[in-house]
Amino acid sequence: MLVLYLQNSALDSRVIAWANYDGTGSSRPMTGDSDEPPYSTGVHALRDGWRLFQASTLQQHSHGDEFRTGYLKYEFFFEQLVHTDE
Amino acid sequence: MSNAELLSTLDMARFAGQGFLRLDAVVPEALNQQFLDDIGHVSENEIGSAIEHYGRIMSRSAIPVVGAGTPLTDAYPPDSALTRILELPKVAGAIESLVGGDCVLDHHFLHITFPPHLLEKPAPAQHNHQDSTVDPRQAFDVQIMYFPHAVTENMGGTRFIPGTHLRVVSEAAIARYQNVLGQQRIVCPAGTLLFVHHGIWHGGGANRSDRMRYMFKMRLAPQRPQQRLWDTSDLDTQTPQRPIFWLGESVREDDVATHLTRNLPWHEQDTGRLEHLNAIRFWRYLTGDEKFDADYWLTRVENEPQ
Repeated sequence: MLVLYLQNSALDSRVIAWANYDGTGSSRPMTGDSDEPPYSTGVHALRDGWRLFQASTLQQHSHGDEFRTGYLKYEFFFEQLVHTDE
Repeated sequence: MSNAELLSTLDMARFAGQGFLRLDAVVPEALNQQFLDDIGHVSENEIGSAIEHYGRIMSRSAIPVVGAGTPLTDAYPPDSALTRILELPKVAGAIESLVGGDCVLDHHFLHITFPPHLLEKPAPAQHNHQDSTVDPRQAFDVQIMYFPHAVTENMGGTRFIPGTHLRVVSEAAIARYQNVLGQQRIVCPAGTLLFVHHGIWHGGGANRSDRMRYMFKMRLAPQRPQQRLWDTSDLDTQTPQRPIFWLGESVREDDVATHLTRNLPWHEQDTGRLEHLNAIRFWRYLTGDEKFDADYWLTRVENEPQ
């Protein structure tokens, strides 16, 4: 699994945060393990064989809460299926 | 705290914009050693397991058990390492500038990150989180992280993300964000203090060395509005709005407006601008100047001609 956080809602915008989860167990990604994103944009992940299966939706700002910031807004989930020996 | 060396206006603006203040090697080596003696540090060779060492330190160290809300000035015994550290002019000045000399101790804790050989299995890095719980206040607590010995890169010093302090999130809800552009890790000489706004996103790193890593954290809460507690002799309240966007050949100065409107590597395109607005609002709180603005961000959205 690859989770990319982009600079805006466009898949070809720049990666600002990321996470990896390896279901095969061959690697153990963890928090803070790299300072360089795996791809520069979401489209670069597509070109490398990752399949996009979820993207965050755009939410209307609720009245009175327009300026509050919280969680990262532009979250894209990718998957890649690999063969293992098991 | 009469010997306190208060922060300057630019120090405060930097804190307002990025949520941290780092004082490298501000604690003298003799005091670091006194602190390590006070907590009951022993060589890694004398430790059977992490649980055993934590248990010994919890029961025998000189770190007092202090009720939440105790005035900081009453929290530690005279002549203890912690009292002497808090009385260092730069440390006392930072505390006084950020939360006031009459602040209270919310809590403290000695974090020990053990090397792999003292654990049954290597511990992963701690997830990113914001301490405590959802906290939408404008007033803020300060957490002091004290590193009593040198922290090398493989010791997994505290990781934090500058500029995240004004984001309202719920503690470990941000754990999914494994890596964020612009994240920093503490690699520092002995006696370094990191002051952070309570909202900053952070987490402990994985210790891959053969040494224990200690970090003593104190959370301090203000008891008065945090307005103009620093050395305001250099605070200019009459600064005119500077040109924006079309700048010609002008160069941005190292001033308050620049620190409050700095674009950080992790900023989203749109909410990065909201970060500027929120930092400017934070500066209004710190100065008590409800008319303050930088680069017209608030003036524009507050303009409702009658």
